[in-house]
Amino acid sequence: MALINYASREINSKIVFYGPGLGGKTTNIKYVYSKLNPSIKGKLISLATELDRTLFFDFLPVDLGTIKGFNTRFHLYTVPGQVFYNASRKLILKGVDGIVFVADSQIERFDENIESLDNLNDNLKAHNLTLDKVPLVLQYNKRDLPNITSVEELQNILNPRNEYRYFEAVATQGIGVFETLKEICKQVLKALA
Amino acid sequence: MQEGINIFEQDFWSINDAMNRLLQGTHAKIILLIDREGQLITSTGDTSRMDTSSFATLSAADFAATSQLASLIGEREFSTLFHQGERENLYVSLVADRIILAVIFDNRTTLGLVRVKTKSTVAELEKIFRGIFNKVRRESGPRKEIDDDFTRMAEEEIDKLFGM
Ligand SMILES: Nc1nc2c(ncn2[C@@H]2O[C@H](COP(=O)(O)OP(=O)(O)OP(=O)(O)O)[C@@H](O)[C@H]2O)c(=O)[nH]1
Ligand SMILES: [Mg+2]
Repeated sequence: MALINYASREINSKIVFYGPGLGGKTTNIKYVYSKLNPSIKGKLISLATELDRTLFFDFLPVDLGTIKGFNTRFHLYTVPGQVFYNASRKLILKGVDGIVFVADSQIERFDENIESLDNLNDNLKAHNLTLDKVPLVLQYNKRDLPNITSVEELQNILNPRNEYRYFEAVATQGIGVFETLKEICKQVLKALA
Repeated sequence: MQEGINIFEQDFWSINDAMNRLLQGTHAKIILLIDREGQLITSTGDTSRMDTSSFATLSAADFAATSQLASLIGEREFSTLFHQGERENLYVSLVADRIILAVIFDNRTTLGLVRVKTKSTVAELEKIFRGIFNKVRRESGPRKEIDDDFTRMAEEEIDKLFGM
């Protein structure tokens, strides 16, 4: 959960990008990094394999500036989506304040999205958390590709009760990236108050 | 559920005081206090040329990975870690199960001295943090300053900064 330091007047919240391997989590965070003003972003750390797959996490601190005297900061993390990195995924979720679930819209990735969301629920449970308590925003990524599942169908499976806000995205072009980020940041701050 | 950590003025100064004394007593270069989620709580020593945010995140990741290794060989936890470099060394201890104390030192001091002095500082910090955690549990987050007004202003800032 968020660290609120009343003495040094800082609030740090943790936002985790979750989802199946190759879904576009790292692409999201890299796009954010490339567009933000240098004065508000820290260094982007990527612990990745030589083939650019996330091995442990990507990390980007983003500074919102001083709000009501509190220096307010978001720590953005991605998890490794590949199934066999579950131990790492579990570790990254520790202390999470908000989650972006990046789904891969391609038809052949359909099942992987379901499995990853299921895995998210399991891993949250290990930290005594559930999606009732942690804000979640869905991102349907790779909308530029030809063979994709319709949004309706994705909603039916991943968000059947329409509990979560969702955004369509093409992370490689930055489409939908900041919309998603804005929404999760706002939900996280609301949960603090 | 693990609660957030809310640190108030008085505890914060006691923490800093304990760390400053450790810095002076060991001639270490930098000492950082980090929560296990990777957020920097405070530091002492000259951090002007150091990326403390990255350092905090990676230390927490390091500790998290190491404690998983511990459990794989049937240990509950490695309560300290030591990384030795050619010039700079890093000695890391766990405080009250939830906080990481990282001491960076060079050849102006020795591992032995750092270890002994750190041990007593850890005991001191544990006392302070147990108090903080108890407070959190009792009051479950005295967040009067983080109100609707705060949320509204933060939202405006988000729209402005992320408005691309
Ligand atoms: N066409 C298309 N490709 C995308 C899009 N988003 C990401 N990609 C590509 O998909 C591949 C994987 O993207 P990453 O961001 O590395 O995926 P990841 O979710 O971080 O994967 P892991 O680290 O293994 O979990 C890369 O080649 C990206 O360029 C998109 O919206 N459209
Ligand atoms: Mg990745």
